[in-house]
Amino acid sequence: MTENNVILKVEHLKTYFDVTKGLFAKKQYVKAVDDVSFEIHEGETFGLVGESGCGKSSLGRTLMRIYDPTDGTVLYKGKDITKLKGEQLKEFYRSAQLIFQDPYASLDPRMTVGEIIREPMQIHKLYKTKEEEEEHVVELLKTVGLKPDHIRRYPHEFSGGQRQRISIARTLALNPEFIVCDEPISALDVSIQAQIINLLERIQNERGISYLFIAHDLSMVKHISDRIGVMYLGHMMEVGDADELYRNPMHPYSQALLSAVPIPDPETGKSRERIHLQGELPSPLNPPSGCPFRTRCPFASERCAEGMPELKDYNGRLVACFKTEQENQ
Amino acid sequence: MSETEKKSHILDVHDLEVEFETDQGIVHAVRGVTYEVNEGEIVGLVGESGSGKSVSMYSVMGLLAENGHIRAGDIKLDGRDIARDAFANKKEYEKAMEEIRGRQMSMIFQDPLTFLNPTRTIGDQICEVIMNHNKVTREEARAKAIDLMTQVGIPSPEKRIRQYPFEFSGGMRQRIIIAIALANKPRLVIADEPTTALDVTIQAQVLDLIKDLSRKNGSSVILITHDLGVVASLCDYIYIMYGGKIVESGTDREIFYDPRHPYTIGLLNCINNPEADEQKELKPIPGSPPDLLKPPAGCPFVDRCEKAMNICRNRMPSYTQYTENHKAMCWLDEVKRRQEEKHD
Repeated sequence: MTENNVILKVEHLKTYFDVTKGLFAKKQYVKAVDDVSFEIHEGETFGLVGESGCGKSSLGRTLMRIYDPTDGTVLYKGKDITKLKGEQLKEFYRSAQLIFQDPYASLDPRMTVGEIIREPMQIHKLYKTKEEEEEHVVELLKTVGLKPDHIRRYPHEFSGGQRQRISIARTLALNPEFIVCDEPISALDVSIQAQIINLLERIQNERGISYLFIAHDLSMVKHISDRIGVMYLGHMMEVGDADELYRNPMHPYSQALLSAVPIPDPETGKSRERIHLQGELPSPLNPPSGCPFRTRCPFASERCAEGMPELKDYNGRLVACFKTEQENQ
Repeated sequence: MSETEKKSHILDVHDLEVEFETDQGIVHAVRGVTYEVNEGEIVGLVGESGSGKSVSMYSVMGLLAENGHIRAGDIKLDGRDIARDAFANKKEYEKAMEEIRGRQMSMIFQDPLTFLNPTRTIGDQICEVIMNHNKVTREEARAKAIDLMTQVGIPSPEKRIRQYPFEFSGGMRQRIIIAIALANKPRLVIADEPTTALDVTIQAQVLDLIKDLSRKNGSSVILITHDLGVVASLCDYIYIMYGGKIVESGTDREIFYDPRHPYTIGLLNCINNPEADEQKELKPIPGSPPDLLKPPAGCPFVDRCEKAMNICRNRMPSYTQYTENHKAMCWLDEVKRRQEEKHD
């Protein structure tokens, strides 16, 4: 793929949180995102997976400038957005938006659906008259599968799936080109999840929007994503084509993670071999030296303790692992 | 069904109805469900939020909220009637249930942090359930607790037995809950979404643990979940609940390979199998579940069913039996069957 259809290019991004206790104590950081680089192409869905505490949400929020990055660059359509302020930042938000996980917490209970969807248009002064705004709101409601007369109702009158539709309508109010979806379906019931996934896919096809899709449900991520990145303790361990990566995960962590996904099929689900990981995620306050996965990795060697392996390209698949490096020399 | 077969059931729930009184009116959460759980079997209870799956199990345990009550139905554990009606008064019922809970049946909850007491050590909490049901000294209970912690895979149990819940990770806490639930080798363990709060690699560990320990102790397990992947990889027998009713039940293979109820078919169409090479298109079920304040007179799924007929709206369908184990509650098959009978 050529350079010019890259919409978002992340280079060596770091987001550290200062968690020092006390005034004179030694500085302590949680390295939520540690030296992460990847790209998202126009019109593509990039899935970001990993277990809780791996930094996937922090990464999404850093890209949206909800958190300030500690270091590194984020080029959005060729322009570094990590230093944007004031009017420029507002301009960035016109084309990049975020959908939150919990549709119960992300909608103001005192505003009507119409007011919620209209708010971004008013902030950005998109339309001159109220009539134009109203017309656009109704159009958005139809796009996300709600009825025009829902405009005067309040969020509490809607179910979880419908609320998520409302927040998607608000996200679309500014015609964004890039949307970060932070676990948009994990609070919803199974039969409703598929409704929202299909809606997001339809919107993407109609408008050519790029998504960063963050989730811990690995089967749904595979369904919606073109490419997938696997994170572990702040680091990107593997990036590749979604189908390829699921068929043949190369990093030992991706292998273990995918083997643990429960398969909705009694024959394969009961018979398949799982890779059992020892122990649990190390504390991000005190991560292991070198490769963060080495404490649970079945293939860890002395070398893994010495330094973090780089993400290297193996025929289009990016993997950060010394073992993969050795095997492919 | 013959008398001898009935005896091997650990749990028999018959026509259970549960209601809740709320400010808006009476919620008919469970509307006549019948379950059987055999010895040593792992049974899955699948449904979406509000389907009544948890409430029906809380009724069995005698743990309904204040505003809820069992309106009708029999509950038999190991042949013994344990429904509230079987006891003379509330006090006797509570006393009997206290004996039963933790010894004959126990529960694994979704969120271990709300179940464990934050102000008492893990050791205290495991010992409590052992000492409540057995005549043992403190030392004996402690030794048993350490043994249990080893069984559920907690490293250095001698040290960790003195620690408090906050010192354990989510996965480790769930292991403690399992240790407490299995302490007295109960006949029946009810696990309510035991892995929903856990990450996928930890989930795999905990599910394997539940499976291995239940096999070892000969306990039956009822697994309440919405995750069809978890059900497929663990359960022998599956009940599908919707709108307070069991709409279909059968063995794991019957449910996944030969689903009959439109809701079961719909559920299977809206999940993705990551192992499949060809990605199928997800077919969501339109609409949302019925309001159980005013449950529909007919089939609860009627508003979302693409095959709905007039009769579905007005009359509750009865069960059609396909095999010894497999049945579904749907007018489509019922109507077909009646037509065939007419022709014969």
